[in-house]
Amino acid sequence: MIINTPQVASSASVSRLMLHVGYALVPGTLAYIWLFGAGVLIQILLACLTAVITEAVVLILRKRPVLKTLADGSALLTAVLLALSIPTIAPWWIIVLGTFFAILFGKQIFGGIGYNPFNPAMLGYVMLLISFPLEMTRWPSAISLLEQMPTLQTSFDVIFNSGLGIDTISGATPLDTIKTQLRAGADIPATLINSDFSTLFGSFAGVGWEMVSLGFLFGGLYLLMTRRIAWQIPVAMLGSLVVLSSVFYLIDSSQYISPLLHLFGGASMLGAFFIATDPVSAATTPRGRIYYGIGIGVFCFVIRTWGNYPEGLAFAVLLMNMAAPTIDHYTRPRVFGQSKG
Amino acid sequence: MSHSNRKTFNFHGGLHLDEHKSISTSRPIETAPIPPLLILPLLQHIGNPAIPCVKVGENVLKNQCIANADGPVSTTLHASSSGTVTAIEKRSIPHPSNLDVMCIVIETDGRDTSIEQSHASTEEYLSLSRHDIQQRIKEAGIVGLGGAGFPSHIKLNANKHLVETLIINAAECEPYISCDDMLIREHAESIINGLRIMQHALNAKHCMIGIEDNKVEAHAALQAAINGSDDIELVRVPTRYPAGGERQLIYNLTGKQAPSQGRPLDIGIVCHNAGTAAAVDDAITRGIPLTSRVVTLTGSGIPQPRNMHVRIGTPIQYLLDHCHSPKEDIANILIGGPMMGFKLNSADAPVTKTCNCILATLQRDAIKPSTPMPCIRCGDCVEVCPVNLLPQQLYWHAHAQDFDAIQDYNLFDCIECGCCDVVCPSRIPLVQYFRFSKTTIWQQERDKEKSNKARQRHELRLERLEQEKREKRERHNRKKAALKKKPEQSDDPKKAAILAAMKRVQDKKLASNTNPANTDNLTPEQQAKVDEADRRRKEQNADTKPS
Amino acid sequence: MLTAIITLLVIAVIFGLILGFAAVRFKVESDPVVDEIDKLLPQTQCGQCTYPGCRPYAEAIANGEAEINQCPPGGEPTIIALADLLGRDPLPLNPEHGEVKEEKTVVIIDEEICIGCTLCIQACPVDAIVGAAKQMHTVIIDNCTGCDLCIPPCPVDCIYIVPEKKSASNWQWPNPAEIEKTASDPEGSS
Repeated sequence: MIINTPQVASSASVSRLMLHVGYALVPGTLAYIWLFGAGVLIQILLACLTAVITEAVVLILRKRPVLKTLADGSALLTAVLLALSIPTIAPWWIIVLGTFFAILFGKQIFGGIGYNPFNPAMLGYVMLLISFPLEMTRWPSAISLLEQMPTLQTSFDVIFNSGLGIDTISGATPLDTIKTQLRAGADIPATLINSDFSTLFGSFAGVGWEMVSLGFLFGGLYLLMTRRIAWQIPVAMLGSLVVLSSVFYLIDSSQYISPLLHLFGGASMLGAFFIATDPVSAATTPRGRIYYGIGIGVFCFVIRTWGNYPEGLAFAVLLMNMAAPTIDHYTRPRVFGQSKG
Repeated sequence: MSHSNRKTFNFHGGLHLDEHKSISTSRPIETAPIPPLLILPLLQHIGNPAIPCVKVGENVLKNQCIANADGPVSTTLHASSSGTVTAIEKRSIPHPSNLDVMCIVIETDGRDTSIEQSHASTEEYLSLSRHDIQQRIKEAGIVGLGGAGFPSHIKLNANKHLVETLIINAAECEPYISCDDMLIREHAESIINGLRIMQHALNAKHCMIGIEDNKVEAHAALQAAINGSDDIELVRVPTRYPAGGERQLIYNLTGKQAPSQGRPLDIGIVCHNAGTAAAVDDAITRGIPLTSRVVTLTGSGIPQPRNMHVRIGTPIQYLLDHCHSPKEDIANILIGGPMMGFKLNSADAPVTKTCNCILATLQRDAIKPSTPMPCIRCGDCVEVCPVNLLPQQLYWHAHAQDFDAIQDYNLFDCIECGCCDVVCPSRIPLVQYFRFSKTTIWQQERDKEKSNKARQRHELRLERLEQEKREKRERHNRKKAALKKKPEQSDDPKKAAILAAMKRVQDKKLASNTNPANTDNLTPEQQAKVDEADRRRKEQNADTKPS
Repeated sequence: MLTAIITLLVIAVIFGLILGFAAVRFKVESDPVVDEIDKLLPQTQCGQCTYPGCRPYAEAIANGEAEINQCPPGGEPTIIALADLLGRDPLPLNPEHGEVKEEKTVVIIDEEICIGCTLCIQACPVDAIVGAAKQMHTVIIDNCTGCDLCIPPCPVDCIYIVPEKKSASNWQWPNPAEIEKTASDPEGSS
């Protein structure tokens, strides 16, 4: 048997890392269920099932060890993140298709974990968004805003019975509402006090959504404290988002969304701590990660403000994934003992 | 004051590891008994192997010189006890390659009689010239006892450089190892004296001792030995692996980074191990060469972990037996610490000058190797690298065997400390990849050298053949020309010329006896062989029908 | 429509001129490619590539007469390096020209049997054998490239192929990727 040093007991492992990221997702997910209904659980379940089956089939075709690879948990994590990113009232085939695409074309086709240049969950998301815009832009409404309390049966029907009863539980998201109203000519303060929409906005960033974002923020802070993710990426991303949105908000608060809404209204928290920090597709050098995070924040802001889509996170992440190798190349740390020249 | 409040710096990266040192520091250093056999490798240092100056069957005394240094980058070897040289042959040594090296094998007589000292011991090292000190260190066979084994007399020669600072490395950062710690506790004066001798040899302006802050007793011992002298600064550095790495320690103490393509001497700093300092003191003050060193015997496979003064050349199995290590239950034995050591392949191998620790692990405590997963680019390795490298990139290129790109990422700056290996969540054996890449690159360079030489020789050969052809042609032409001249002369002179020429040829034949001398007076066997060869050649010629 | 054609034509001409000028004005002098190819070859001078030495093979590659996969002593690293240099695709080693040796070899002459015929001296392409007619022959191991050209001519079969001696100074660590592969993929994958 080959005995090589170092011979030190170490608990570092990929599956542990994935597990802790899973733990960190729990607060946000619980908030989701509490405030929007159990539909999200069904989506997560469907996604995990599809992910595992897809990966297993591909591994068998590639003649690689199946159980050992599945045990690292990365496919499950991709599935959960994608399920959390799409509207919970989307039909079942959306999440199945998306997860299948994410695992096959986002990960396995490049050689499996460690080799994919793009974030698989975001790749799946963007494919769905572009191919099925209608299903992907119909979001659930916070339960508190609905006339009737939705039951699990309702969620089930919506997901598995071609959207039966979907109108009873869907509604617009805060970011979406603001964008459509801006296009229609009404500026932000007008939208906020407009009786049709004012209840939507909750205490600071949208009823329901703000709590979910807070949940993900707590999870993210847990990951930061236990040093499971690189701090540079979320700090840089949220930082640049705040800076940019503050600058424009100060210039004209009637046309530009407030920083608070940017941070808590969309998927910024989920994106900053769980999606952008995917180590395989992100930059790897310490300085590079800062630039990478800044890039995502900037693109996110730009697409949200001037782009066609209300949420720019997925595109921002994919764009910066493309830039990651170049960023790495130009941000190599100075080696110990080498002069600054 | 000797205890310094100097501000220390912190090198990037590093790990806090479980120390496992207290298990071996509760007992004073024992002296290992004389083994029945001493195996002394001729190569226990960096550089050329020493050349034996004793013969098989000769009786030798303890501290007698048995092999001389071969050139400037080499050092002397001495007998560690008295006895008889029974063999000079290849034996296995502690080395990851499992290869054999020439050793002088001495069967001890148990009397341990020492030779009369060749140099008078001198308390007055200041009266010796710098050159003298270097010479005596070389003759004492002292090498860096911290593990690298670089001949110390070279590192005590400042050449033309100005040495600002002499640093003694008392950090000993690797888990399990405590030999320096115990040596300092018991022989602090010797180390301080050795330090002063080195300072004199290098004409160093300033002296520092760097010690990790977990070594409380050793720190106290050094303070007592320094006794308030102003010229030596004792500095505590935070305990973090690898604070004992030469460049890392220099940075911690001075904030300066030794150039990656150069040596610490280039910035006026020289660093020696604490054990080396004690050996220098022994050599100069007491005239004793390097024939023993302190070795830590530890790990779950040693019932009572301890440190011992061990004679160089003691077979490791002898020490393990002395400590009642259960042979059958041992999973593996590492020479060195758990981070940078290597597996011992044969327990018959001897303790060498660079062997600082023997770490034996029981089966039940052995760490199971895990199968590596692909790299997930988490960057944990980058965070812990004390040299600020990108182990991730080095790994990708080593895996792809792209040896040009890997050098671009400063592979040769890697000190193989193992920090990246420990933190990798994918359990990739990173240090193995780097070691593999380094040795492959060195081999490729050697191959390139060799192929350049081969090309040269080939071209020279072609030239030689060309030249021979040319000369032949010229001789042929000259002869032709000479013959052509003949028709102008009359017949008689022509005949006379021919006869004269024929006579000359005959004379020549008789005089030089060009008949092959060595086919005369053949013995019957030789004749038989020649006949056999002739027969075979005829057969071959008969077989291969020319086209 | 006409204006479009003319415009594009004019643009093409302008850029063509610029490129042509640049090709001449900024031309970089480099070694003739034969030298570059020769530098990458292992200099064993064994002739397995069907050319009498490494230089003729290099010339043949430069002329397009030979493929880059004909050198067994160079093996895969050489093929890849040549492919890199010439901008071609790497090919697997052509088995017609021999196999890659498991380990490096050299030859030694058994002095008991040698008869001093000088046939091996004449065969050695790098003059690694010393000797003279009816005198003892011996191989300078450091200069031997392992081409084995001396084996066929020897009439008494006194030349043996031996593996190159390994010492602690030229020992190499094994490749962890190889160990990993055999440990985790017993059924073997691509």
